[in-house]
Amino acid sequence: MTVATPRDLEPQLQEPLQPSGWLRYFSFSVDHKVIGLQYLVCGFLFYLVGGLLAGAIRTELVTPLSDFMPRDTYNEVLTLHGTVMIFLWIVPVVNGAFGNYLIPFYVGARDMAFPRLNAVAFWMIPPAGLLLISSYFLAGAAAQSGWTAYPPLSLTTPAAGQVVWILSVLLLGGSSIFGAVNFIATVLKLRRPGLKLMQLPMYCWAMLGTSLLVVLSTPVLAGVLILLSFDIIAHTGFFNPALGGNVVVYQHLFWFYSHPAVYIMVLPAFGLVSEILPVHARKPLFGYTTMVYSIMGIVFLGLIVWAHHMFTSGTPPWMRLFFTIATSFIAVPTGIKFFNWLATLWGGKIALNSAMLFSCGFILNFVFGGITGITLAQVPFDIHVHDTYYVVGHFHYIVYGGTVFVIFASLYHWYPKFTGKMLNEDLGRLHFLLTFIGFNLCFLPQHWLGLNGMPRRVAEYDPTFTTLNQVSSVGALIMAISTLPLLLNVVVTAINGKVAGDNPWNALTPEWLTSSPPPVENWKGEAPLVTEPYGYGRAPESDATGHAQTLEPAR
Amino acid sequence: MRIRTAATTGLAAAALVVTGLVIGTQVNLLPEDASTNAFAYDSLFQVLFSIGTMLFLGILIVLVYSLVRFRRRPGELADGPPIEGNLPLEIVWTAIPAVVILFVGIYSYDIYERMGGMASFDHGAMDHAAMEHGAMADDVVATDLVRRPRIWGGIGPAAVINDATQPGASSPITVDLAAMQFAFIFQYPEAGITSGELHVPLGQPVQLRMEARDVIHAFWVPQFRLKQDVIPGQPTLLSFTATRAGTYPLICAELCGPYHGGMRSNVVVHEPDDYMAWLAQNTPAAAT
Repeated sequence: MTVATPRDLEPQLQEPLQPSGWLRYFSFSVDHKVIGLQYLVCGFLFYLVGGLLAGAIRTELVTPLSDFMPRDTYNEVLTLHGTVMIFLWIVPVVNGAFGNYLIPFYVGARDMAFPRLNAVAFWMIPPAGLLLISSYFLAGAAAQSGWTAYPPLSLTTPAAGQVVWILSVLLLGGSSIFGAVNFIATVLKLRRPGLKLMQLPMYCWAMLGTSLLVVLSTPVLAGVLILLSFDIIAHTGFFNPALGGNVVVYQHLFWFYSHPAVYIMVLPAFGLVSEILPVHARKPLFGYTTMVYSIMGIVFLGLIVWAHHMFTSGTPPWMRLFFTIATSFIAVPTGIKFFNWLATLWGGKIALNSAMLFSCGFILNFVFGGITGITLAQVPFDIHVHDTYYVVGHFHYIVYGGTVFVIFASLYHWYPKFTGKMLNEDLGRLHFLLTFIGFNLCFLPQHWLGLNGMPRRVAEYDPTFTTLNQVSSVGALIMAISTLPLLLNVVVTAINGKVAGDNPWNALTPEWLTSSPPPVENWKGEAPLVTEPYGYGRAPESDATGHAQTLEPAR
Repeated sequence: MRIRTAATTGLAAAALVVTGLVIGTQVNLLPEDASTNAFAYDSLFQVLFSIGTMLFLGILIVLVYSLVRFRRRPGELADGPPIEGNLPLEIVWTAIPAVVILFVGIYSYDIYERMGGMASFDHGAMDHAAMEHGAMADDVVATDLVRRPRIWGGIGPAAVINDATQPGASSPITVDLAAMQFAFIFQYPEAGITSGELHVPLGQPVQLRMEARDVIHAFWVPQFRLKQDVIPGQPTLLSFTATRAGTYPLICAELCGPYHGGMRSNVVVHEPDDYMAWLAQNTPAAAT
């Protein structure tokens, strides 16, 4: 594997015989920007698949009876929905897509540290995703035990689908580890000479923290899933109580990865928002140093909170208490980040464009999800609402209202860099409005449903819950419709979009100091040294007398 | 000017606290309460709901105010002021969540202890201690515990034992629960009754000893605010005292297979006399 140092990057990184033009997006390209966009488009296609599955779930739940699809199929659909959305949409896009595209710019490098490993990591995803989805058609039945695959249920449901599910998640986890190793190496070893760690844009820190979590926790998931596959294929008894196995141990090992996985989905989003807000508020990121420490605090605490998913499993009281305290304390570093973002906006010159709208939507949704998260961290509270729609509402506020809103904000913010064209603002605002209304209509009522007695993962429910379930399904329909202005926007803009120029937002981070889209090795000349990525209002080239003369009007 | 700002901030904060308290205590989002746990739970819920409302509304107001007040006007080209941080402010908003978290944590620990949550520590982690503890409190409980394997989790019987030592309270009723795809089977060891529904008397502590036959299920009664997984190979325990007569849904809350959504039953809370009548009616041998 080539370790690309700034010295030997100059002439011959680009391999001979790489296809050029649009064909390179279907090739084993080692260009980090091509790989980033491959992640983005591939992830978005899987998002549409996951969205169709969500639509099927919400259609089934329009009526209290199980009457839309067979019960087995319903469990397959909810399992695939969770797995696709987490492992094929959010994790690859928020890490792989934006990480690959932005991190080399931010550290002043011409590519990632291990370009070929990078391409391998991406190209593991499409086959793994197709394998997962095809299990519905090929193996007779897809996995039916939820994305958590708790034994003994996962040992008794159709074996072929469950094994394919395990294989697919192992591949996706492997891809994630390869990506994380690459990010750590790139941020720590590939920085341009003269660029200090504490001068890096915040997204670098977020990706460094996230990658540490991936490297520390994903192998545990791989281990536990391999043991689970032994139980299924070779009839070993690790998690089979009939053979002396222990089902709760599986839950510990599973959540040792899958709780940090929440931060693997959320920390990069925190990083991206930290890039977007200062640009459109025209103010420096408030409290850079505390933001860095709070990322690392979340990384540390994120590793020691997993058992809060198991408060109603066989867990002794001391464990319940420890995990209540540890989980609650994540609110402190998280709170710091939110107050700092509000302080960044305060007193700024805020352009309320699509990127900003989605970022502010993220703040509101995530604060709401964070508050319900604090309630869930309290053992006595959780004992009532665990495994109910309250939890479903809570985590959708985190992963959809939080992370997916940031993905959309990032799309509007960086699309001009990716393509050289501006996305249409009117369609963007329509997209935001529909997404925000649909999302809240869909997931807010679910908190009440959970509190009042509707468990999650059910195809049928008490008829007294019909009205709010129908409200929720209408919300889901609006969310589905909200995809249309986005797709229309991307297509229309690609054909007929306004030319963006190199730096349409007049931003200071390094990816904007090159052409749009950037050349193969990122800069024509030497990589610029950007030591103040958030120097708004201070750096001479960004105030009204500098090249801010070319600043776009507020929209 | 500084005084005016401080006064406005103080007034806004006070209004926020009052609003949060009013919404948190007056808006009821919970179903009927029917156990001693539900009473403790609802007071915790009101506290969390109040604090949550204050935090959310506060952030919502600051965000919307910023977006309106600090929006970029047409033709405005300058940047905002180059403020990069403020240490006292950072300390304040590190301290606020920390204090709130500490308060919430201590309060919810208190609630958890009142629910009997800390008791099963003795039973769960140290069998011997559990036996001694049980023996001191109640001979019936002790003999049961000697025979039984390790309890892996749940809400323990401490509240039950405490109640039992109080004058007027009666000793706990023990019921065995076996969960399977897709039914709950209750066994009353003393009366020899087997039932698909749980029948309990009002005001008397009940101790459920639970184990699953196939996959993991969960015992959930929303009106009791109680849930515990029912696990194959690992017995769990759940203790409660019903406080309101009626019929309440009993719901499986852990994905257990295709008919998971249909795995429901009832908990019937009887007046003590009615309960004795039900017992007499259903006891196979002792019905005289």
